[in-house]
Amino acid sequence: MRALHAPHPDRYVYGILLLLVVLVPTLNLGVSESSALHVSTYTVTLLGKYLCYALLALSVDLVWGFGGILSLGHGAFFALGGYAMGMYLMRQIGARGVYGNAELPDFMVFLNWQELPLAWWGFASFPYAMAMVMLVPGVLAGVFGYFAFRSRVTGVYLSIITQALTYALLLAFFRNEMGFGGNNGLTDFKDILGFELAASTTRIALFVASVLALALAYGGCRALVNSKFGRVLVAVRDAESRARFIGYKVEHYKLWVFSASAVLAGIAGALYVPQVGIINPGEFSPLNSIELVIWVAVGGRGTLYGALLGAFVVNFAKTWFTGALPELWLFVLGAMFVLVTLLIPRGIAGYLGKEKST
Amino acid sequence: MSALTYSSTIGRLLLASCLLLASLPGIAAAADLPLAKLMGFDFKAKSAAITAIADSGSPRAATILGALLDGRLLMRKADSRMVIAATSEPKTAISDALDGSELGSEELVNLKKVVINNQLRLVLRGALARLGLANSDRDARLAAVEALAADDTPGTIAALEDALPKEQDAGVKRAMQVVLALAALGRPEETQRLAAVNIVSGSMLGEVRNRLAALLAKDAEGKPLEPSMDVRVAAARALRAIDERRAHYELVQTIFFGLSLGFVLVLAATGLAITFGVMGVINMAHGEMMMLGAYTTYVVQQAFPNHIEQSLFMAIPAAFLVAAAVGIVIERGIVRFLYGRPLETLLATFGVSLFLQQVVRSVFSPLNRAVATPQWMSGQLLLGDALALTWNRLYIIVFSALVFAALLALLRFTSLGLHVRAVAQNRAMARAMGVRAGWVDALTFGLGSGVAGLAGVALSQLTNVGPNLGQSYIIDSFMVVVFGGVGNLWGTLVAGLSLGIANKFLEPFAGAVLAKILVLVFIILFIQKWPRGLFPQRGRAAEA
Repeated sequence: MRALHAPHPDRYVYGILLLLVVLVPTLNLGVSESSALHVSTYTVTLLGKYLCYALLALSVDLVWGFGGILSLGHGAFFALGGYAMGMYLMRQIGARGVYGNAELPDFMVFLNWQELPLAWWGFASFPYAMAMVMLVPGVLAGVFGYFAFRSRVTGVYLSIITQALTYALLLAFFRNEMGFGGNNGLTDFKDILGFELAASTTRIALFVASVLALALAYGGCRALVNSKFGRVLVAVRDAESRARFIGYKVEHYKLWVFSASAVLAGIAGALYVPQVGIINPGEFSPLNSIELVIWVAVGGRGTLYGALLGAFVVNFAKTWFTGALPELWLFVLGAMFVLVTLLIPRGIAGYLGKEKST
Repeated sequence: MSALTYSSTIGRLLLASCLLLASLPGIAAAADLPLAKLMGFDFKAKSAAITAIADSGSPRAATILGALLDGRLLMRKADSRMVIAATSEPKTAISDALDGSELGSEELVNLKKVVINNQLRLVLRGALARLGLANSDRDARLAAVEALAADDTPGTIAALEDALPKEQDAGVKRAMQVVLALAALGRPEETQRLAAVNIVSGSMLGEVRNRLAALLAKDAEGKPLEPSMDVRVAAARALRAIDERRAHYELVQTIFFGLSLGFVLVLAATGLAITFGVMGVINMAHGEMMMLGAYTTYVVQQAFPNHIEQSLFMAIPAAFLVAAAVGIVIERGIVRFLYGRPLETLLATFGVSLFLQQVVRSVFSPLNRAVATPQWMSGQLLLGDALALTWNRLYIIVFSALVFAALLALLRFTSLGLHVRAVAQNRAMARAMGVRAGWVDALTFGLGSGVAGLAGVALSQLTNVGPNLGQSYIIDSFMVVVFGGVGNLWGTLVAGLSLGIANKFLEPFAGAVLAKILVLVFIILFIQKWPRGLFPQRGRAAEA
């Protein structure tokens, strides 16, 4: 039940996002570089990256916090969305690559390929690429979830299987024969929709797009968890057998929320790639997937805003530590895993908030 | 290390045998050897000199030729005396080439090397192999015969024909006959070629297959090079027999590799299966227990650098204790507070694994460390004439099987095992009967971790030891547990072995990476039908 005397945390979320979308572009483009108030393009990109992480964390909170499905493979959906975007960006390079081949990306020319593989067809078109950004993770999650939930694979078994999924994809994408750039992945992007990627206006546009995507996704997730669907989902999380005996098709609820969450993760990946300028198989590593689970755990799961908070806090810490004390970062991360689960199982949001998680 | 310091095995083996020969009468005196002809750049003369030295029967011949092949035969510039250097370092001990007397040490700049080229190297190897036919060691003689397989110069043939009647050992005799028959394959008379084909068929010597295949080759117009139909038929039959046997050996070898990988997986996974079966806890730091075991092996070896042979035996209990102690600390410090919350346990133990990896990285550096393999574990076990099984993998199989048997016995026959099984089946009931479940949990966790430490010892003999060692095996171990089902060690055994063998069978035609992917996909499909593995836990407790 929502406490009456305090404003709902959602207001803070929307407020902060609004503040970001107004302030950051103004301070980046409108204030001269010499001014103390100027926000550098580097910072804009960094914040944009955090926003993508926040969106990814949101998708994990949806399945874990509300569906009770601990996915250790959400990084895979993120990476797949990223690859779909990367493929579009690669096709945009056209004849400006090192080998000057208008049709084939550089690495294919390097591998002596003669024609574009089937998987790459259509990626020169932006709408098609965007459809793939959502479809590929969504369909993969759908197929995977269909098999997993149908045979009632739950709990740690499911977690391990999702980890195996991302591990298998990691191995697959490392292979040159897959046709996705192998070890090096996709990089050297030039422009998006005709705008130069390196330009600060493009960066700002991507940043704004990230804020909007996050706000929309947040609103969508909130509506979803507040709906009847969301209520049943929580019932499934807390007492799966009971929900099933009452007559709900537990598998359907899990499958839908898993797929929807994968789509969100894919969108996050697609926004991430043009901002960081590279996508490689490393994104599939099981460590990445499990790290993003800890963002949600630190922030507080089952709250939605906790996921955003956790993504920002942990990633800010990561940026700071890997810059200042790189050897210590894994100690800190490891300690975070242990301490959060032991001491504040409901995360920062649960610790601070007066509101009980739904 | 320069290649020059490496002295050829044949040469070394020859030294001993030639000393024996020294007492025989009718041997040319060492002083007669045409060593001076080796200097200069007339390679024809050099070749003749080498043959002369080899055929002289001098006890020094093998030493001199071996040194020449290694580039250690030198001339002292001061007095044009031929000397042999002990090493190829700038300053080295030298000895007289003819009589072997020590001449103190000398700077390399004061010495002139005898120059040889690739053709001379061939002549030298042939000469050394011929000398090797007289070696008293059976294996050395066999190696010498096999080295001569591709050499059908008249000198070699004569040497072999001389040695054949004197040879006592049946295996060496057979090899000599094969090599002689190989030479006879080029004879003009059809009957001799046919007889030669019949002699060589059944031999697994690499050269035999090449020569038989050459007999079946065709020239540019598609006409067979070998005119006789009978010889071709016999050669084709012999070739097929060889290929069949080869395929057979390869099959055995693949199974062997698969078994050794499988047994390591079994060791790694049993610990996981026990903790998961008893406590319902997935220990993500399990891989790091293997890593700790491997590093313990490394540390023990560093601590006793003069006892590489025995240090492995000290490492086995040490690795078990280190990993078990860390495991108990994790259980008492973290896992027991998260009881009944498996997903949180998974996260917390994952944190522990990151922590341990970074500890190792900080203490031992992120670079891989090589653990030395003791002498008795290196080399191969030769079965038949072409099947070679490496000793280290063989020992790993034996070791893992022993550990597995010990674990089974522990769970079956000791009171700790009884308690562990009781808690696994029904915790509440076991507690009501007076079993200290918490204590059992800690010991189980320690036991599982300790076994992982033992797996680390085994792994250190297969790969280099690095901070990521555990990570690369943990997913495979999980797959074994998922495949085999928890709470039943036989399931783990069957699953581990079959996954190991499947991996090795898929590798040759799918590549290592694709093989792994295929296995993962298979498991994902497998749990559709059997979500609780091959050997699921039965009874009411399993439903919880």
